[in-house]
Amino acid sequence: MDMRMGMLISHEPDFMIHGVYQYQMFGQEFWITTTTIAMWIVSLIILIIAFMANRTLKKATDEPGVFQNALEMAYEALDKMAQGILGGNARRFVNYIGTIFIFILFSNLSGLLGLRAPTADFGVTFLLGMVTFFIVNYQGIKNRKARHFTSLFEPTPILFPINLIGELANPLSISLRLFANLLSGVIIMGLWYGMMPILANIGIPAALHVYCDLFSGAIQTYVFCMLTMVYINDKME
Amino acid sequence: MNISGQDFIFGCSAIGAGLAMIAGIGPGIGQGIAAGHGASAVGRNPGAKSDITSTMLLGQAVAETTGLYGLVVAIILMFVKPFGA
Repeated sequence: MDMRMGMLISHEPDFMIHGVYQYQMFGQEFWITTTTIAMWIVSLIILIIAFMANRTLKKATDEPGVFQNALEMAYEALDKMAQGILGGNARRFVNYIGTIFIFILFSNLSGLLGLRAPTADFGVTFLLGMVTFFIVNYQGIKNRKARHFTSLFEPTPILFPINLIGELANPLSISLRLFANLLSGVIIMGLWYGMMPILANIGIPAALHVYCDLFSGAIQTYVFCMLTMVYINDKME
Repeated sequence: MNISGQDFIFGCSAIGAGLAMIAGIGPGIGQGIAAGHGASAVGRNPGAKSDITSTMLLGQAVAETTGLYGLVVAIILMFVKPFGA
């Protein structure tokens, strides 16, 4: 066990990822970190909401209650967002887009619960970017066959290296964008909580949380999903 | 006062982190231009406010990327300390 876990007690500015538990597997050293635990908590919250939503929608009525209304509004908003970019293909991707939207949104908002947001760990966002990368290239090969590769040589073959770098930079840029936005929020909040006198920690951090967690987190969630759909849509024709 | 080689490297890393954040100028100008044009577009056509807002936010987020690269470089220089043992 690591004894540096005093995230809430210490008065040193603290915004790093900490190891909580170390284990060995396949001769390698692995760590359960604060990111892992925050992801478990976020997944648990999403699971509970999903079970409640499932139960509510199984006995849906024509006169919806508050919760059913909220669910329908959320689904319609996601569907409209996907329709706006993907058009007729939206039905095939709205499941995936909705999943990452809900996961990233709840991860970004978990800063409000005092957790270190899981998306402020490059391991998480890079994985999300790589999933996007594989979906985009799978769709490209499926829809455009060999033209997926020959399009790298357009308009002239001299531009091949630039086109290749442009393709490979996509997952890196969308994952770095999400990571850096959330990390800057985590660092600002950590510095404020760690270095300000105790009186400045009453009330004022609420305004910072509104900007760093709510505003920035919601915008970056939207941007990540929109860019994923834009990249997929580029490969549909 | 004696400055060891290690201290010198950390000091230079801090200066480099400050220089890396010059990258913040570009996104500031770019996002401002995008927001200004978005505002004038809403003024001309208030009915398309939601479309204009979402397009503007997407463009601003893409324009922000280069500034965030600078931020990542600065954070790595400050906290990860890649140079010096």
